[in-house]
Amino acid sequence: MYDIRPPSVDWSMVTPVVLVFLTGLAGLLIEMFRPKQNNNSIVLTSLGGLAASFFVLYGQLSAEAGETLAGMVLRDRFGILLQMALVGVCFISILFSEGYLREKRIPFGEFYPLAIWSTMGGMLMVASNSLLMIFIGLEVLSISLYVLAGLSRAEQKSEESALKYLLLGSFASAFLLYGIAFVYGASGSVHLSGVVKAWATNHANTQHMLLFGMGMMLVGFGFKSALAPFHQWTPDVYQGAPTNVTGFMAAGSKIAAIGALFRVLSESVELSQAWLPALFWVAILTMVVGNFAALVQKDVKRILGYSSISNAGYILAAILAHVKAPDKIGANTIVFYLFSYAVMTLGVFAVISMNAKDGREGTRLSDLNGLWKRSPLAGGVLIVCLASLIGIPLTGGFFGKFMIFQDLLTADMTPLAIVLAVTSVVSVYYYLGIAHAAWVAEEGATPAESAPMNAGLQVACVTCLVGVFVMGIFGQPVLNMIGGIVR
Amino acid sequence: MNATGFGLLSAMTFLPMLGVILLLIWPAEDVKAIRGVTLVTTFITFILSLFVLIRFTGNTYHFQLLEQVPWMPQMGINYKVGVDGISIWLILLTTFLSFISVLFSSYVKTRVKQYMAFMLLLETTMLGVFISLDLILFYAFFEASLIPMFFLINIWGGERRTYAAVKFFIFTFAGSIFMLVGIIALSQIYRAQFGSLTFDIVKIQSAIAQGSFWVNFVQWQVWIFWAFALAFLVKCPMVPFHTWLPDAHVEAPTAGSVILAGVLLKMGTYGFLRFVLPFFPDVIKDQVLPIMILAVIGIIYGAVVAAVQVDVKKLVAYSSVAHMGFVMLGIFSLTHNGLMGGAMQQLNHGISTGALFLLIGLLYERIHTRMFKDLGGLKAQMPIYAAIFLIVMLSSVGLPTTNGFIGEFLAMLGAFEAAFAGAYGLNIGLSVIAGFGVVLAAVYLLVMFMRTFYGPNENPTNQKLRDLKPWEIVMASSFVLFIFWAGLYPNTFLAPMEKSIGAVRMMAINPVGQRPNWDDVQTEIDADGNLVKVAVRDSFASYTSTELIAPANLHFPAPAPVASRPEVIARR
Repeated sequence: MYDIRPPSVDWSMVTPVVLVFLTGLAGLLIEMFRPKQNNNSIVLTSLGGLAASFFVLYGQLSAEAGETLAGMVLRDRFGILLQMALVGVCFISILFSEGYLREKRIPFGEFYPLAIWSTMGGMLMVASNSLLMIFIGLEVLSISLYVLAGLSRAEQKSEESALKYLLLGSFASAFLLYGIAFVYGASGSVHLSGVVKAWATNHANTQHMLLFGMGMMLVGFGFKSALAPFHQWTPDVYQGAPTNVTGFMAAGSKIAAIGALFRVLSESVELSQAWLPALFWVAILTMVVGNFAALVQKDVKRILGYSSISNAGYILAAILAHVKAPDKIGANTIVFYLFSYAVMTLGVFAVISMNAKDGREGTRLSDLNGLWKRSPLAGGVLIVCLASLIGIPLTGGFFGKFMIFQDLLTADMTPLAIVLAVTSVVSVYYYLGIAHAAWVAEEGATPAESAPMNAGLQVACVTCLVGVFVMGIFGQPVLNMIGGIVR
Repeated sequence: MNATGFGLLSAMTFLPMLGVILLLIWPAEDVKAIRGVTLVTTFITFILSLFVLIRFTGNTYHFQLLEQVPWMPQMGINYKVGVDGISIWLILLTTFLSFISVLFSSYVKTRVKQYMAFMLLLETTMLGVFISLDLILFYAFFEASLIPMFFLINIWGGERRTYAAVKFFIFTFAGSIFMLVGIIALSQIYRAQFGSLTFDIVKIQSAIAQGSFWVNFVQWQVWIFWAFALAFLVKCPMVPFHTWLPDAHVEAPTAGSVILAGVLLKMGTYGFLRFVLPFFPDVIKDQVLPIMILAVIGIIYGAVVAAVQVDVKKLVAYSSVAHMGFVMLGIFSLTHNGLMGGAMQQLNHGISTGALFLLIGLLYERIHTRMFKDLGGLKAQMPIYAAIFLIVMLSSVGLPTTNGFIGEFLAMLGAFEAAFAGAYGLNIGLSVIAGFGVVLAAVYLLVMFMRTFYGPNENPTNQKLRDLKPWEIVMASSFVLFIFWAGLYPNTFLAPMEKSIGAVRMMAINPVGQRPNWDDVQTEIDADGNLVKVAVRDSFASYTSTELIAPANLHFPAPAPVASRPEVIARR
């Protein structure tokens, strides 16, 4: 009676995600069978699995774009690049996590599987045109992060962070789901191609419903990518969560959320253009709020939380340039900026994670004093990453900003470029504050001590350093890899 | 004449970078060796810059020793460097002052390794600024110089060093980020007109000279002009963007002040000569007046504020504001004399003020104070020091036979010429007021000398002062050599600049068709300053059979706008 045919599946498209999933599972099994042991075998397994997944992704870089599993999974260059970035971010985070977790007295093995599954959620998000799949990916990403944020159970701040993140995050997810429901109601499809078709009918009621649904979805994504005015959670959660989790969250969760946001806006570009004026103001607000609020902070992680907000604003500006002139501007800028943002922000987090000692967090500005003496390498990496965040040339951050400026001028959005320029100047102050604390100020009563850098941390630092410079000086190969993604 | 791959200029620029890498792997405790390595590196860099000078010819306004390597071709960014008459002396100045500063820095005792690494890094970025022929490359070096300077001030500076360093960084960054937007706008216009993205200064200027660049974008020109001008006005610095300078100068360590006054400020005036004059020919004439007014305000304001300082170093810092005002006055008179004077005054200021900071530094290392109240009567204790100080101070005043006279005189001459012709809405009164600046300079500098060296020596620590050591005498008198050389035979320095300066002036004021073009080597400025066409050309140095395109002073003196005349009559 019913002709049940399983959809044809191109397994190669899901291999990287499955690999990452299995890696997490393997880590959990090791933890199960060897309780109370050190985590080295879990770390090694995790790193191995992630590296394998990374190389599989790299091999598929030039593979033909296509969808499988009934349109649930998509493979294109944009998705693969962001998936590679996510896997890379997880890899680097794990590198510097073990030393930190031990110093922090929270050496729980489950950190690794959770971080890896969180990565998997992000990978699902950025490689699908199906709204439902994006939602599932988002939930996998978020739920793992809720747990990770509360990893340091003895600390009140960590608990506060986890709870705040959970409550607000679920609220945002509800918005997203509500939006998806409306879009489904209007178009009869959760696939973005269906949305485009529904919009093209020019039927007033359909369009209104789609507009509303899109608005709700934007709220959900705005929360995840920390756009003002949905950014309130960011500084608190960043500050409370363990430093390695914050680093992973700042880079990984940002890549996934921005990737999904870009895909949704870009696929249904005519629908998105209706939201352009609102998003324009969101971008301005985000840049202004993020940069100005950071000025008065005293905690490095809080500063970086606000910095993450302002960077979300910069990227949103680039996305809007694309939405406004989709024929002229591709996704290169966004991918490049996300890459460079990931390495520079992870670099800073890796450096400040070495400040943890005997269960203390050590992330106040004064805790960084004398860092140059304790570890010149860490101090150097910090300078370079901060210079990149400011946008000093010959770093990845400069070319990222440069490309955003270029896109904005091409798309004739000079006001956004001006706001970006002004807020970048403001940002100099707090980034220099961190550099000052680490290299100059030594007035602190007790100079903070820290454990010597372990090998993992060193490798993570050097990787970020090299990444920042490679993107700043040898940007051409990176751009070649990104290719001309113009939709 | 054709571009090569990496060559002499790159070797000179990146040699200090090699030094940095060497220092990074050197153990930090080995202070002597670290000083030695740095000194040798800067010395070899200086020698290399002399080779650049030898291979340079002043017979052409085109870029020489060109090197071009693709960098990010997809975005139209190339590594392209070269020198012309505008940059050649600035390069020499940079390598010379860097060497002297490192020599002086043997007084630095803390964190020597990092200090030297930052000094070398700074030298690379400064040289890079002057040789870049690609806007992004230029911007990269321009911005990158902030990082080492920030740390030099912030770590080895005086009491309020953090405030000064952050202020310095933010002011300069704020100015230049808008220049970045301007640079991108230029490249976008180029793409709109010619279909390809480029940041090549030569290509953009060539398109501007032919009039095909701005044709559809004239309304943008004034905005982009100010985006560039703002960056350089902050860097110069001109009133009202000068407030970072006294703080940074006073708080910086001596070597930092020398470099800051000697080279970093020149990046601003160099920017005007290299970009602002050639790139915006259709609007520059309307912008001369506001900038001239700022320059004159700077001259008077700097002098007046300098006169009331109680700190020697702060006095010299404010005198910088006044001196840079003269540079701008000369450049924006848009006359040949004025431009030559401005370009010369750049070098003079680098030498004279650099030397003053150095001398003050030598005194400070001995008695650890710079306040007038602690000084006085030093001439008896330090006769050699006083003699050198006197010469340097008089060159800063602008006494004839010293270099300062040449620069200030030519700059003033240019300003008067332009004002007499009634060009660009200039008033003779402006030039007269600027002239008072020279008098005021004599006032505050002579008073400074008097209060330091004459009078009773009442400070007990000062009575035990020792005069300069031999190596310090050699170091300080190398400046004196230049002061007299340039004062007595300025042609050594003026002649190599003449062609390039003449070309830049014509780029700014000539109409389409009569503008020199950096790209077209078949045009040249001849010995009389006329723009000519070259028939046969073997090298930059020699060419034959020429045909006149535009005489030197065809568009000068420019007549005053006719519309303003009736108004004047009516008022009478």
